[in-house]
Amino acid sequence: MSQGLLSDAFLISLIAGAVAAGIPLLLAGLGEQVSEKAGVLNIGIEGMMLFGAYAGFATAFGTGSLWLGFLAGAAGGLVLALLMALFCVRLGLNQIVIGIALTLGADGITALLHHVQFSRTYPRLPRVETLDIPGLSEIPILGPSLFARHPMVYVALFSVLVLTWLFRKTHVGLNLQAAGDKPDALDAAGISVVSTRTWSVLFTGVMAGLGGAYMAMIGAGIFVPFMTGGAGFIAIVLAMLARGRPLWVLIGAFLFGASLSLTTALQVGGVNVPTDVVQMLPFLMVMIVLVLFARRASLPAALGLPYVRGQR
Amino acid sequence: MTQAAMSQEERHHPVASAWRRWAVAVAAALLPIVLALGVGALILLALGADPGAFYYHIVKRGLLSWIGLQDTITRCAPLLLLGASLIVAFRAGLWNLGIDGQFLLAAVISAALAPVLVTVLPVWLVLPLVMVVAMAVGALWSLLPALLKAYHGVNEIVTTLMMSFLGISAANVLIKLPFDDPTTTVPQTATLATDDRLPRLFGSTINVGVAVGLAVILFIHWLMTRTAFGLRLRLVGANPRAAVHVGLPLGALMVAVFALSAGLAGLAGAVEILGVWGNVRADWNPAYGLMIIPLVFLARFNGIAVIGFVFFFAVLSIGGETASRKAGLPNYFILVLVALMLIFLALTEWLGQRRQMAARD
Repeated sequence: MSQGLLSDAFLISLIAGAVAAGIPLLLAGLGEQVSEKAGVLNIGIEGMMLFGAYAGFATAFGTGSLWLGFLAGAAGGLVLALLMALFCVRLGLNQIVIGIALTLGADGITALLHHVQFSRTYPRLPRVETLDIPGLSEIPILGPSLFARHPMVYVALFSVLVLTWLFRKTHVGLNLQAAGDKPDALDAAGISVVSTRTWSVLFTGVMAGLGGAYMAMIGAGIFVPFMTGGAGFIAIVLAMLARGRPLWVLIGAFLFGASLSLTTALQVGGVNVPTDVVQMLPFLMVMIVLVLFARRASLPAALGLPYVRGQR
Repeated sequence: MTQAAMSQEERHHPVASAWRRWAVAVAAALLPIVLALGVGALILLALGADPGAFYYHIVKRGLLSWIGLQDTITRCAPLLLLGASLIVAFRAGLWNLGIDGQFLLAAVISAALAPVLVTVLPVWLVLPLVMVVAMAVGALWSLLPALLKAYHGVNEIVTTLMMSFLGISAANVLIKLPFDDPTTTVPQTATLATDDRLPRLFGSTINVGVAVGLAVILFIHWLMTRTAFGLRLRLVGANPRAAVHVGLPLGALMVAVFALSAGLAGLAGAVEILGVWGNVRADWNPAYGLMIIPLVFLARFNGIAVIGFVFFFAVLSIGGETASRKAGLPNYFILVLVALMLIFLALTEWLGQRRQMAARD
């Protein structure tokens, strides 16, 4: 295989990296999309991802099972989401203050726990077994990077379909949208805004936790403090730009995943670019997209506002 | 909303309520801290550290030793300026969550500029000049979020956060490539000689930066609460539609708020470099941003109260370094404490509102 850009090695590394870095963004972005739809701006998602990453890694390391790790990751995200739901949805406290608090708290707690448990050994998980899809996984270049992955990748992709169906075809989707756009109307129709929002926040927690767990267990194979490094915030942007469409979250997640994994891919291709420059790419892309499509980034009308019945 | 309650109480008991008001305000501010320290103690116990010893070392190092106290007061300087920065933004209802990027980028530009300028200009001119440039750098870094928010309604939380990440990476690129000092082995900017840094006060290690910080935060407090300009900014925050209705140029005011807020964050970066470090090493990022937000909230956007909370936090962060080392823990416990304070703050606020509502019925 030749060196340089557009060589097979570069492309495989880029696509594989885009998937590896994109899946956590996809899972978290889909979760955030649901809660934004319902009117809760979940700034705490960064913390939920990090907590999921820690819980997933610690469990997978302790038990040797990735599936138990994913379960623990989801539970980790859920715990923070329960706090978020209690404080922001039930009590109507400021969503941004609580979101920052949860992120800071998760930063601190996971770093402390990591220090106590892993800081002397820095253990790694063994290489992940993959589920090769017969036939498809033998396509050159695309095959190994897309169709020979851990099953969780397929679960994440499948959830795009499920959510699209949910938003378009079901009452649940309508209720979510009403909770974010016109909570009064939902309330008048006899459906509780508070419980609709509570469920959506809890769902976000589970998805963010899964995303974090994937990042630590499969993406990196190791847990390091602050490892999410802003991925949760990118997920928020993805959800904002996707305007309620899960497929757009998927496209965005893989685009950002590709720009996140460009450093490694470029090195494989024999080009050396300073890491700091490449690290700017995803954030630069967000800003460019926002500048270009600024007017189209619409958000639910009641986003960020607590719902109090009868209050104007 | 506390003001609504006050006026109601005053109607019933015009004299006695003044003392009660103060007592309630002080209790409401201190309660979250006490609760956070309490829960923090439980977490320390769970991690196998002795909370009594931990808190004792914080106070001993951060407050009671002269060397520690000087460090604490020095640490206050950038924190006060960042506090002032957030007061402007939050009172105007805008979330400038990008102060870390604004701070760091301005710090790097200051560190690159000052050692060069002192070779051609007198020091007394260089220091203020660099501060002005740092303010401009910070303000410039907020221009894009400001314009997007003011004229396209794009959520500024997201854009300022993105610009913050960009700014932190850009700062590192600047340190490693154009501003790298070739005479050192680690990537860092050239170093400003100790004699050329901000003058120190009364033979101590405290530099004049803390005086700048105090003056600025008092000025901002006065500006936001006592002037027509401040009233306009607060109206933008309280009710943008009403602001448009009375003929205020909403977009221009929002851009002004961002420029002022981010400019002060940039000034904080300059003061930290010109006063304490003299250079910036690669990957240096104190990340004061998310920490200072809770303090500004605890102080209910009141500049004078922020001074008190900043001092408290400076003690915590200087003393916390020693206490963590002695307990064999990394310095991340402070993050947990701040998070707990935020949560308890929000809860106390909620309880206060419920009490008011109960009193009204």
